[in-house]
Amino acid sequence: MSYHANEKGYYGEFGGAFIPEMLYPNCEELRQNYIRIMSEPSFQEEFHQLLKDYVGRPTPLYFAERLSEKYQTKIYLKREDLCHTGAHKVNNTIGQILMAKKLGKNRIIAETGAGQHGVATATVCALMGIECVVYMGEIDIERQAPNVARMKMLGAEVRAAKSGSRTLKDATNEAIRDWINNPVNTHYIIGSVVGPHPYPDMVARFQSVISEEIKWQLQEKEGKENPNYVVACVGGGSNAAGAYYHYLDTPEVGIIAVEAAGKGVNSGESAATSALGKVGIIHGSKTLLMQTEDGQITEPYSISAGLDYPGVGPMHAHLYKSGRGEFISITDDEAMTAGLEMSQLEGIIPAIETSHAFAIFDYKKFEKDDVIVINLSGRGDKDLQTYIDYFRL
Amino acid sequence: MNRIKAKLQEDKKLLSIYFTAGYPKLDDTVPIIQELERAGVDMIEIGLPFSDPLADGPTIQKSSTAALGNGMHTELLFEQLKDIRKTVSIPLILMGYFNPMLQYGVEAFCRRCFEIGIDGIIMPDLPLDVYKETYEAIYKKYNLINVFLITPQTSEERIRAIDNASDGFIYMVSSASTTGAKDGFGAEQQEYFQRIAKLNLKNPQIVGFGISNANTFQAATAKAKGAIIGSAFIKHLTQNGIGKIENFIKTIR
Repeated sequence: MSYHANEKGYYGEFGGAFIPEMLYPNCEELRQNYIRIMSEPSFQEEFHQLLKDYVGRPTPLYFAERLSEKYQTKIYLKREDLCHTGAHKVNNTIGQILMAKKLGKNRIIAETGAGQHGVATATVCALMGIECVVYMGEIDIERQAPNVARMKMLGAEVRAAKSGSRTLKDATNEAIRDWINNPVNTHYIIGSVVGPHPYPDMVARFQSVISEEIKWQLQEKEGKENPNYVVACVGGGSNAAGAYYHYLDTPEVGIIAVEAAGKGVNSGESAATSALGKVGIIHGSKTLLMQTEDGQITEPYSISAGLDYPGVGPMHAHLYKSGRGEFISITDDEAMTAGLEMSQLEGIIPAIETSHAFAIFDYKKFEKDDVIVINLSGRGDKDLQTYIDYFRL
Repeated sequence: MNRIKAKLQEDKKLLSIYFTAGYPKLDDTVPIIQELERAGVDMIEIGLPFSDPLADGPTIQKSSTAALGNGMHTELLFEQLKDIRKTVSIPLILMGYFNPMLQYGVEAFCRRCFEIGIDGIIMPDLPLDVYKETYEAIYKKYNLINVFLITPQTSEERIRAIDNASDGFIYMVSSASTTGAKDGFGAEQQEYFQRIAKLNLKNPQIVGFGISNANTFQAATAKAKGAIIGSAFIKHLTQNGIGKIENFIKTIR
């Protein structure tokens, strides 16, 4: 049994392409070409050159000594926070901008919630000199002003999504509508392992560089490629998909997914999709999503803007349903406390998304000689104001 | 015979109207249908509102949000429609997004449609291959016609496949757009209308998206069997409520 997508884009029962006919030609063009283009030597060369010289890869795999001592186990941090633009998101946008060029597209659209994917997209569009429009919920524009400014400075146009709840899911709807209206010249850079096939698989492949590096880095440090556990936070799930990718079909490596419980899984203000979601269709993918009994998609809540997506990538829905992955929900308070602890134990301020992954130690006990790799998906600069307000610093 | 098929055999250009159930007011659904039939409309698409209608432009988005805010939901719509066949005889089609149908249960949904006298279903985000593999038998069991969309970008090969899978009419999206987005048809649309007409498909085509008045209705139906008006009708409802539906229809033909 494989935990990768099959050729129709299904992970078990999840995935596929539930799209209106207007999107069919675009998705079909991608589906027919993405694996071929990605395996061309010239593509691979350019992709890896940019990851090395522009993004700053390989990112370090750092042994967190004080954190390990505190929790009496061996903890390594995969430092995606050190990527250019401050998070793993750029691995995918580099890959997709090269893909867009190969497909002859001259206009890029993207959705963004907290703004990290928007910034990563605006960055690669500036790098390639391609027009860029980023859709962002009106409410997110208000609460993420620095990232809006960064996108504008990079030359992107930021368009407010004013429909529905005016946050990430609505920004995604608006980007999809833009793509329906501009089917020929435009490529849509989706920021996570969500959306219709082939997006979840394509984005996972671009992010898979994370676990590709973990394998050889761990070999160097521990004399073995496989950790006992790989841990990552999951909103849509792109950093997690990248961290798990080369371990998915290696059963001796435990997979731990950390979701945002918000104010508590049963508080009515949560983004813990595995616990609260039911099978349904969101943004063209069959997956677990938070919805009413009637099938209306509901608005999730988390203190971290990068985790408040009402769905989850189909890979993760399958990991959950099959039992391959262990899912843990962490509240706002637990995440914030873990973020502060991480800052003061290791001198690294993590993004609040990532802080959720550092809060699992109350829920999951590890052996002293277990090797745990936690994907440090992003840095906390963007979240300083939230940390300041929360801790009254 | 299914009412849609019978209607398609009539020697006239068909006018079909889309509206969102539960809008402007929750209980307007049935009066709107009755009023549309009285005004001489040939067919009606009843929109089941969805929180995330990604193929729709601003007008239908707003009506959907308002309808959900009014309290519309799938079971309630079926309740409202349960006696509709006592007063209305033109074809009725349910149109929406697949997730609410999936949550209701596809078979249960189809059974309710059959019991009420719904003739067809349009779910733009239920793809052809999934329909064929999983749901076609259920639709057929309940005598429901599934309507597929084609667009100017749809390849001839795929149009042929859709034509083969269809058993009523093909919903021809007039241009690369969400609903309501464009006013008037240019040379590109004329070329598309003619190209499709020349394919001699076994199913007639009904054009939707961008039809708002007599001019666009005539242009759309020059080659096709009929046309669907949605956003323009919803705008009329927003401004006038359900009082002057006949006036609106008279401006179209």
